[in-house]
Formats: sequence, structure tokens, C-alpha cells
Amino acid sequence: MAERQDRGRVEINLDECKGCQLCITVCPVNCLEVTTKLNKQGYLPVDYKGSGCTGCGLCYYACPEPGAITVFRLKKSA
Amino acid sequence: MSAPVYEPYLRKPKTFYEQYERKSGDPTVTHYCPGCGHGELHKMIAEAIEDLEIADRTVFISPVGCSVFAYYYFDTGNVQAAHGRAPAVGTGVQRARPHSIVISYQGDGDLAAIGLNEILQAANRGEHMAVFFVNNAIYGMTGGQMAPTTLPGMHTTTSPGGRDPRKAGNPLRLCELISQLDAPVYVARGALSGPKHILRTRKLVRKALQAQVERRGFTFVEVLSACPTGWGMNPPDAHKWILEKMAEFFPLEVFVDKTDSEPEPFEIPEEPPAEKLHELLRISTAGQVTFSPSQPVEPKYANPRIKVAGFGGQGVLLLGLGLAQCGMMEGRKVSWLPSYGPEMRGGTAHCHVNVSDHEIGSPLISRPTVVVAMNQPSLEKFEPQLVEGGLLIVNTSMVPKEPSRSDLDVLKIPASDMAKELGNPRAANMIILGAYAAYTGMIGKETALASLNTLIKRKHLVDLNRKAIELGWEFGTKARG
Amino acid sequence: MAEQIYQPIPPDDPRYEGKTPLLVKGNEAIVKGAILAGCRCFFGYPITPASEIAETAARDFPAVGGTFLQAESETASINMLYGAAAAGVRAMTASSGPGISLMQEGLSYLAGAELPCVIADIMRGGPGLGNIAPEQGDYNQVVKIGGHGNYRNPVYAPSSGQEMCDLTMRAFETAFEYRTPVFVIADGFTGQMMEPVVFPDPLPKPPEPDWACRADAETRENLISSIFLEPDDLEEHNRKLQEKYRRIEENEALYQVFHVDDAKIVAVAFGIVSRVVRSAVELAREKGIPVGLVRPVTLWPFPKKTLEALAKQAERFVVFELSNGQMLEDVRLAIHDSRPVDFHGRMGGNVPSTEECLDVIERVAREGGVL
Ligand SMILES: Cc1ncc(C[n+]2csc(CCOP(=O)(O)OP(=O)(O)O)c2C)c(N)n1
Ligand code: SF4
Ligand code: SF4
Ligand code: SF4
Repeated sequence: MAERQDRGRVEINLDECKGCQLCITVCPVNCLEVTTKLNKQGYLPVDYKGSGCTGCGLCYYACPEPGAITVFRLKKSA
Repeated sequence: MSAPVYEPYLRKPKTFYEQYERKSGDPTVTHYCPGCGHGELHKMIAEAIEDLEIADRTVFISPVGCSVFAYYYFDTGNVQAAHGRAPAVGTGVQRARPHSIVISYQGDGDLAAIGLNEILQAANRGEHMAVFFVNNAIYGMTGGQMAPTTLPGMHTTTSPGGRDPRKAGNPLRLCELISQLDAPVYVARGALSGPKHILRTRKLVRKALQAQVERRGFTFVEVLSACPTGWGMNPPDAHKWILEKMAEFFPLEVFVDKTDSEPEPFEIPEEPPAEKLHELLRISTAGQVTFSPSQPVEPKYANPRIKVAGFGGQGVLLLGLGLAQCGMMEGRKVSWLPSYGPEMRGGTAHCHVNVSDHEIGSPLISRPTVVVAMNQPSLEKFEPQLVEGGLLIVNTSMVPKEPSRSDLDVLKIPASDMAKELGNPRAANMIILGAYAAYTGMIGKETALASLNTLIKRKHLVDLNRKAIELGWEFGTKARG
Repeated sequence: MAEQIYQPIPPDDPRYEGKTPLLVKGNEAIVKGAILAGCRCFFGYPITPASEIAETAARDFPAVGGTFLQAESETASINMLYGAAAAGVRAMTASSGPGISLMQEGLSYLAGAELPCVIADIMRGGPGLGNIAPEQGDYNQVVKIGGHGNYRNPVYAPSSGQEMCDLTMRAFETAFEYRTPVFVIADGFTGQMMEPVVFPDPLPKPPEPDWACRADAETRENLISSIFLEPDDLEEHNRKLQEKYRRIEENEALYQVFHVDDAKIVAVAFGIVSRVVRSAVELAREKGIPVGLVRPVTLWPFPKKTLEALAKQAERFVVFELSNGQMLEDVRLAIHDSRPVDFHGRMGGNVPSTEECLDVIERVAREGGVL
């Protein structure tokens, strides 16, 4: 598989997200998007598009919910 | 080539509880509105507490405002304070537990309106605490009323036509105010908007807490923060408004940074052993001499109720104290009450002294058995109050007039003149003490002399007062006949 | 347990061993007593006639490794007290009427959060700025509660220098036993007066409270707060508080009585006034008037059962106060208005003389046909 390796990845806990979209406003590579299914709080949560994340962490700090976003970084190969 | 491995880089800080059990409703999400700045700042603080490994000794003071429930989230010690009083509460915690790391977290109504005095004074004292000040230019919790930080022209429910600075004043700039004080070691303003300022604010927060770990003193970080609900904006627009409008009025600067200089020494005082307390409180009576009651006392002089009166500078209160001190040293019950309140006017003073073999009821004396009149007005005022046949001691140096009653037992003594001869007119009081002691037999001479050790604080004066008592004693003995 | 007669520490108690009396002001005795009871934090703002408490504290607390802090206001003092109490440390403040008024918000929070601490109120004349002379006009705001909500606080009313020390020590024990703010309330005279005081040995060091925020791992999970958002939760909290207050009422009421056994007239007075009235009662007895005195030592809980029992034998009551009759209402409630209650109150800083009180007793006896 010759897939290009993203430097980062985010996981969004869709039920903790309040759909404020602040993460989207700060993401430098535009890899987050609003989903179309209401979560259990009644918001339209944001989710990762699935590729392109650099692991910069900006979305994490812009997000007001403690556990909504987890940012991962690519492990440097041993 | 193996599949890429990703490891968590930024996750929910451990300083947050895993589940918010104190909160009703969903225990996984905060109570804050979507896009609220409180949540962003919470995260930065929680992350710093975790990284600095101080959660165990952190006490987080939550205010009254939307962040009143900060204790739902922070896995630290939590104390909830009254509106505006968090800096005072934090002061109490910090002084009581000097090893603690105190965080005072406050909104703009809480800190800049109702609690302005508390924050300024805590800052000025340089209390060891980190204050995080959420400036969202509005009262969030109560539904969007005007705050001290509301921008001119801004519409709120209590400034429906826009804030009019001519009537409501201009917004208060707290960082600028606090940076006028000498004590704060770190004062900075950040904004929770846009990548640059969000990351910068994170640094300010860490610095303020790092300074607490280093025991540097008072640190203050103001954060321009979105209240999308109160502002009636969607969160992205609210974030834009912070940089476009608020930052114009509230410059994003570091106003004070003394975190590189040597901190003041921070000492945690030691608790002395219990056996030393009496000595440290100056109430140790080890080695104190006591005397047996002077005997016998003629019935008419026993259990005296004494009023001593004169000008302020005549040592009237001290004479009364001496009488009480001597009585106490001889094992009797005593009380001493100074003139006080409405009676204490015009430079005159008097006191009530009871010396008794029985429990003392009223310490107030309305019908004295003894009156010491050090000056003319005292004679006029208190002679009539004396019981029939009571003892009137008159300082004839200052009282030219004769007593008007004929039933009294009068001891006339030119105490002020005698004291002048001794070298200090202020010793008249102790001359009278000696004369009273000898004349009535109520106080032993040894007791009177020994009482000086307690009465006279300035040791070089003890000798003079000794002589005064001796002189008075001689006079009293002669007068007694 | 029931209402109890207040017993001073007997002179031969081992706590007094090797100690002789010292002549000290009541205000100083409060500070020394507090420290002997383990108090290590003082926060206060100066006000006559309580200032000697802060002044003495400024010397004594640092001397024993404690904290003295002059606060910017009584609002701040009471909140500093809240913080120190939340941290589980024995702490106190002191003030007088105007300052106590400012503390009411904090007192309600202390009660709501169940924080133990001691507040000394050396009363002065009011209302408003009034004057600095002795009064008992803070009875309502202290005993009947001046803050918001369903709370009470124990109130000790010393009447001598020795009691200023002893009851302050006791106040700390009560505060920590029940987790409640406790008042020591006296008039300006009792604060300013000097009497012999024997200072006992310090109380044994109490264990660290497990409910406090002591800034350590063991207590990290603790929360000090008075918020209960849900009506049911707040009601339950309030019920818990009322149950605590019931226990305090049952166990902590203290009083003294003089010549009440055969009394047809019962005088009631507290603090300094109780001493004046006691002298008057002695004189009245010499004149053959069957009068006795009840002196509440705690104003809340009020010794109401004692008064209620006396109403069976006594024909009249007469209340003496340095106020417009604030305790008077509690006396009338205690005896269910089953007997006439006369009142003699002085205000503005005037304290009745023994003779004045005797006159009142004689008049009450005459009018009541007791003579
Ligand atoms: C003594 C008192 N007065 C008024 C209130 C009502 N009150 C609660 S929160 C608040 C204002 C909060 O605004 P702010 O401090 O800006 O915090 P925010 O909610 O915006 O975070 C007010 C006035 C109160 N709780 N106590
Ligand atoms: S970590 Fe950076 S790049 Fe990745 S989603 Fe978040 S903001 Fe975008
Ligand atoms: S910032 Fe957080 S809460 Fe807001 S949309 Fe993004 S993930 Fe959801
Ligand atoms: S009202 Fe404003 S400050 Fe309060 S939670 Fe909502 S957004 Fe935040």
C-alpha cells in the first residue's frame, strides 16, 4: 500500500461534540467537517474527514469540550 | 512497510474527572454552551496542572457566574466561593495551607464589579495564587446583562440602547489596573480566538501556574473569551468579534513579568510545641509571686468599690489597674473597667475598680465606697455618688475646693506636688496607691511594690514609682494615725 | 442530654496546675483562648470596641506560627475565614455591629457549606454608625440570624474575662463538633474590662478534618460548597442542617441561675447585664423580694426549657437588656406568654446601674402583688 502517511489524526467523540465548529475555524488544512446526523445532545457534531491531519493540535485547544477531540501523532518509526 | 502507528498526542487532561458525577444530566459533557470560552480555558488550566503534577495540592476556587460549577470538572480540591469573594477565600486557603497551589477563577462580573476590592487587595498583598479572569464583556449566567467590561455601544439586556459611557462609564481594564501595583509578578492578557492567540494564551496560563510552583507570588491572566449565547452570535463569529472588537479595547499584552527574577523567600512557619504556648502568648505565670490578703481590714474599708478619676494624663487608669492588680495578687476578686464610650470625652478619664472577697456582680460602680479625685471636675462629679461615710481621696495639689459633704472620711494628699518633688509629677498616681494601701490596710506594702513589675512597662521608671509608693505609704500611715 | 448549667473550670482542675491569674482585658482573653483552642488563623478589620482583638492577634498569632491578616473589609475577613475553614484549619475573626452586618453574606455561606469557625462580636451602639459604647443590639442579627437561608449558629455570651477565654475555647470545640460557624458575643464593657483570668493548658491538637480541602492527595476529592441545584437535593441538605440544629438545641444550651428555687419573679439577662442584675437580685433578696435570675450563657440554643419550667412557679418575668428588647421575644416564646413579661432596656451605650435594676425589680414586685 503506497498510501501517503499523514503526520496526524484526530478522533472526535461525536456524542461529546457540541457542534460549535470552532475546531473547523482553526484547522489549517481544512480536514474537519460538519456531519449530518444529530448526536445524543441534539447537535450536529464535527468529524474528521479521514485524511490530511498534520497533528498540529490547534483544533484541540480551540475546542471547549474536555474530551471531544483527541489528537494523535504518527509514531516515529523505530 | 507496516501500517502507520499513531499515538495519542493531545487527549482529555487527567486533571478533569473522567465522569462529571457532581453534574446532573449527561456526565460526559460540560454544562457550558457550545463555543463557550470557559471550556477552552478550563482545558488549558487542566493541562497545565497535569503537566506540573500539582493536582494533589491544588485548591480551585470557583466563583459565581457560569463557571460556578468548575468543580464538576477539576479533579483537585474544590472550594466554591460567594460572588466576587474568590480572592479572599483563596487568601484564606493559602494562608491556612501555605503549601497549597490556589487558583481563583473568575468572570468579569465577579471579579471586576462586585469583587473589585477583593481582587485588587489580594493582588496588592501579592497573595500566592493564580487568578484566571474570564473577560466575556457580559454577565453570562444571569442572562446577558451589562458587565464592567462591556464595550461602549454594546447591547446587553441592561444596556438595551448600547452601553453609554457617559452614564455607565467606560469598560474597566483590569490588567492595566493591576499592573499598577508593585506586588504582582505576572500580569498578562490573552484571547481565546484564532490559532495564534489560542496558543499564546495557553502559554500565559502555564506561566501563571509555573510561577505558583516556584512560589513567586500573585499571577493574573485575563482572557478575552467568547460568550456566544450572551452576545447572540454563532461561535465562529463570536471568535472573530473577540479579535476585531474586544482586542481593540483590551490590548493583548504581557503587562508585568517578573518571573525571571529571584523570588521572595517563601517560608512555612513552624508550629511551636504546646508546652511553649503560654510563654509565647506572654501568659506564663511561672514564678509569679502571690501574697496573702492584707489583714485585718476594717469593715468600712473591706470590699471597696472604687472610682478613680482625673485628667487623661494623670495616670488615672494605671492607678485603677494598680489597685486591681494588688487585690488580685492578694487572692481577692477584682475587676477594672475603664471609662469608655460616651463618658470618654474632654480629656477626662475614670475607671471603676472592684476588690472583693466575694464574686463580683456588677463591674460598673454607681455608688462607690471610695472615690479618688485627681482633679477638680472629678471631685464635683463623683463626690455626690459616694456612699454615706465613704472614703474620699483628694489630690489637693489639683483640687483647691473643699469637699462639700460632711459625712465623708476624707484623705487629703498633695500628691502632684509630692510627685514633682520626687522628680516626676506623673508619679502622683503611685503616691496615692501607697497612701490608700497604708490608710485602709487593704493592700500590703510588699504587694504594692511588687505590682510595679507588672504595671510599669518601662523598666527605668520602676525605681521612681517605688519611691512614690514608699512616700505615699508613709503619708497614709501618718494620716491613719 | 438537656440544657445544662454552665460550670466554669474548677480552680483545682489539672488544666490550671501551676497557673495563677493574670489581669487582662476581655478582648485579649478571647485571642489567648482561641490560640489555646488551636486557632491559628485570624482575619479581621479594626472597629471599636473590638480592635484590641485584632491588635492582640497581630502579636500573638505570628508568635505561635499562625497567620494574622488585616483584611480590606469585613466582607473580605469573613471570606478569608471561609477559605481557612474550608482548608480545615481553626480560624476566627472579630468585629462589632457594622462589621457583623457586612459579614452576613459570608455567614450564610459558612453555614451552608458547614464550615466551622469562630466569630467574636463585641457589640456597640446602633443603628447605623451609632456609637462605640456597649449595647446588645446585635442580638437579632447574630442570634436570630442576619444572613439568608435556613440556618442557625450557636452563640456564646460570656460575661467575664475568664469566660471570654473559656467560652471562646468552647466555641471552637462546638464549631468543629458540629461543623458550624459559632459566635462569641459580648458587649463593649466585657471586651474592655480587665479581670483576673487563669489561662488553662492548650487543648490537645485536634485530628485533621477529613472533609476539608487540605491541599493534599487524601482530601483532593473534597468539595466545599453550598450549591444544590435540584430542589430535592437542597431540601435534603436543609433537612440535614435542621437535624444538626436540633441536636445542638438538645445538647448545647447553657445557662446559669441564681436564687430561682423559690422565685416568684424571674429576671432574665445575659452578658454584662446579668452581672448588674445579679447584684440587684442580691439586694432585692435582702429586702425580702422573692426574685431570681436566669442568665442564658448560650443565646442560641436558648435555654427555653429552663424558662418554661420556671414559668410554672414564677408569677412574673422581667427581662433586662442593652437593647430595645431583642432577647425579650425569645423569653416570651420560651414561656409561651404564660406569664406577664416586663422589660427594662437601655440603649445608646447606657448601662443600667444596680440600683436602677433594683428599682425595676421592686416595681415589678409591687405591681405584680408579689410583695
Ligand atoms: C451577591 C450576589 N449578587 C448577584 C448575584 C447574581 N449573579 C450570579 S452570576 C452573576 C454575574 C456573573 O457574570 P460574570 O462574573 O461575568 O460570569 P459569567 O457568567 O459571564 O461567566 C450575577 C450578577 C449573586 N449570585 N450574588
Ligand atoms: S490537529 Fe491540526 S490539522 Fe489536525 S484536525 Fe486538528 S487542527 Fe486540523
Ligand atoms: S470545537 Fe469541539 S465541540 Fe466544537 S465542533 Fe469542534 S469538536 Fe465539536
Ligand atoms: S452564557 Fe456565555 S459564558 Fe455562560 S456558558 Fe453560555 S456561552 Fe459560556
